[in-house]
Amino acid sequence: MSVVTLKIDDIECTGKVGQTILEVAKENNVQIPVLCDLKGLTPVAACRLCLVEVEGLPKLVPACATKIQEGMVVKTNTEKLKNYKRMIVELLFSEGNHICASCVVNGHCELQDLGYMVGMDHVRFDYLWQSFKIDSSHPKFVMDQSKCVKCTRCIRVCDEVEGAHVWDLRGRGINVRVSTGFDEPWGQNKDCTQCGKCVQVCPVGALFDKNATSSEMIKDRSFLQRILEGREAKIWVR
Amino acid sequence: MAQKRIVLDPVTRIEGHAKISIYLDENGNVEEAQFHVTEVRGFEKFCEGRLYTEMPGITQRICGICPVSHLLASARAGDDIMGITIPEAARLLRYMMNSAQIVQSHALSFFHLSSPDFLLGFDSDPAKRNIFGVIEKFPDLARRGIRLRKFGQEVIEMLGGRKIHPAWAVPGGVREPLSEDKKQIILDWIPEVKETTKMGIEFFKSYIDKNKDVVENFGNFPSYFLGLVNEDGSYNHHDGFIRVIDSNGNIVLDKVDPRKYYEYIGESTSDHSYLKFPYLKSFGYPGGMYRVGPLARLNIAKSMGTPLADKELKEFKSFSPNGVVLSSFMYHYARLIEILHCIEKIEEIVQNPIIYKGKYRVYGGVNKEMGVGVSEAPRGTLFHHYWVDENGILTKVNLIIATGQNNLGMNKTVDQIAKAYIKNGDIKEGMLNRIEAGIRCYDPCLSCSTHAIGQMPIKVEIIDKSGNIVKTIVRD
Ligand code: SF4
Ligand code: FES
Repeated sequence: MSVVTLKIDDIECTGKVGQTILEVAKENNVQIPVLCDLKGLTPVAACRLCLVEVEGLPKLVPACATKIQEGMVVKTNTEKLKNYKRMIVELLFSEGNHICASCVVNGHCELQDLGYMVGMDHVRFDYLWQSFKIDSSHPKFVMDQSKCVKCTRCIRVCDEVEGAHVWDLRGRGINVRVSTGFDEPWGQNKDCTQCGKCVQVCPVGALFDKNATSSEMIKDRSFLQRILEGREAKIWVR
Repeated sequence: MAQKRIVLDPVTRIEGHAKISIYLDENGNVEEAQFHVTEVRGFEKFCEGRLYTEMPGITQRICGICPVSHLLASARAGDDIMGITIPEAARLLRYMMNSAQIVQSHALSFFHLSSPDFLLGFDSDPAKRNIFGVIEKFPDLARRGIRLRKFGQEVIEMLGGRKIHPAWAVPGGVREPLSEDKKQIILDWIPEVKETTKMGIEFFKSYIDKNKDVVENFGNFPSYFLGLVNEDGSYNHHDGFIRVIDSNGNIVLDKVDPRKYYEYIGESTSDHSYLKFPYLKSFGYPGGMYRVGPLARLNIAKSMGTPLADKELKEFKSFSPNGVVLSSFMYHYARLIEILHCIEKIEEIVQNPIIYKGKYRVYGGVNKEMGVGVSEAPRGTLFHHYWVDENGILTKVNLIIATGQNNLGMNKTVDQIAKAYIKNGDIKEGMLNRIEAGIRCYDPCLSCSTHAIGQMPIKVEIIDKSGNIVKTIVRD
């Protein structure tokens, strides 16, 4: 059977086999916050903002990476989930140095939007105020580690779409950083094709155009959609 | 074990009090008075490691009243690092925004903060000595003053998209030109704001006619004056050259590229204040103290470059036999004349087609390891000095703000007022009000960042010869 029926927040939904809870929820206008997920890239369930409760399962599951199943009963907005999500966003803010006022994506930032969405009126955790580096060695782009939320979108888009695999993660725990191979300055990386895809998919102000000043950077992800459509229409298959 | 006492004074953040220490001699007369700025803000330090392109956005947050000044100085420092000359349209647009900024800030200073002192009297009921008291007694003037400020704010918004903290000037020019539909709105507003400024000027002149003693006692002392002027010596509040004159009107420095300021200006620190004390290197410290801001800018300028302001400048200069006005009280008059110039300039610039059609932004990379940006903020010349590595990451930042440069002037003013009001240990009534008004002449950021309405919170300590505090007067 190719059609699956399930319940999301008391709404009777149907979806196709292989779809994720997140996709079906979206089709039914149920809003689930996401950060690492981006249509066109393989889900990695890194941020945990899309966690949902599924009846009968002992743990919370990420909606972006969990396939729908017949008869599933999903809750996306319980008190417990709301509390967790706000906490996740607060932790993200306390871990980086997110100074919205002077940030290049102020007003067009997915983390900022999430803050509003989960009702974060203040951060209950102490800020870590870690010292981060800015890498502006690239001729066109800048990488500001202090804003990175480790969603890995840049890594995936570079690997899966551009095929260059410039970026990856290094370090552990709180010291995880997105880095180029051998952690050389971005400008010296021979694999980078200067396509800027990583910059456009980055949800925050961690990757941006070199000349951008505060609030000036608006990301354009329409290229991903074009690539997806092209793939589906097999325009690159000889 | 011997006791050790550690005294932390001044305490940081003083809850918004201006702290003043007055030292008395054996006979209870004032030996010295000091005005302390006890706020320390770490901007210079925490900007290190950031990108120079971010600086306009970051440094404009230093102030909520004059963010535009930091924005423009910072963008200019960026231009310098890129080693470029911005397009003419961008230059005019920046001049226009700085003009609007001066209008709004000066209108706030004169009509909202200072006019209650003149209109209602220094010793009038403090509960009424504020803009509301003025509205009650002089409704027309008060309303006009508020609208004058609004004019400046709205022009800033039309250019930058918002009234406060517009991130509009960028290294290389500006982000957006003025949209043409704004032209008529601005032009229609001009006659009213000109009229308001003229009313303010008339009013101020009649006040000083009747109150010569105030002019005499309010920071009336010789000093050097520093500011920007065009190459021909005419007034320019944004992209001129540094000129310095002495109190006799002799030009001691001229046509100095502001980007070379550090060859002429040194900075000294003092134990009693967190502000740095800039001074002219060739005259040493403290002999080379200078004043900046409206009074200085008018003293150094040969002409204003616009007709109405030019007429007024002549009268202003006639207040002193050698054309150099020394009384800090005349800062107020100077402010009004600057407003006039700025309105006339805005009128001129909006009619220049180039600002709607011309190229307004250029791009470039890091071409120099150091950049300086200078602009005249409402309160005085503002210097942003950045050092960067080859990728544009800041390695060092130095900011010289107007209030810092007037610090010595404010000290002298307080000193002079204290001497006039304290005799043989006897403190005359009204001293606090005079000190407050004396400080307000300089319109230091403090006066607005604390309480715009009502009185300035002040703490005065009177200290005798042996170092004991004999009296503390606190007004919250
Ligand atoms: S740089 Fe941006 S896209 Fe890459 S992991 Fe960090 S936040 Fe995500
Ligand atoms: S969006 Fe699902 S875990 Fe990030």
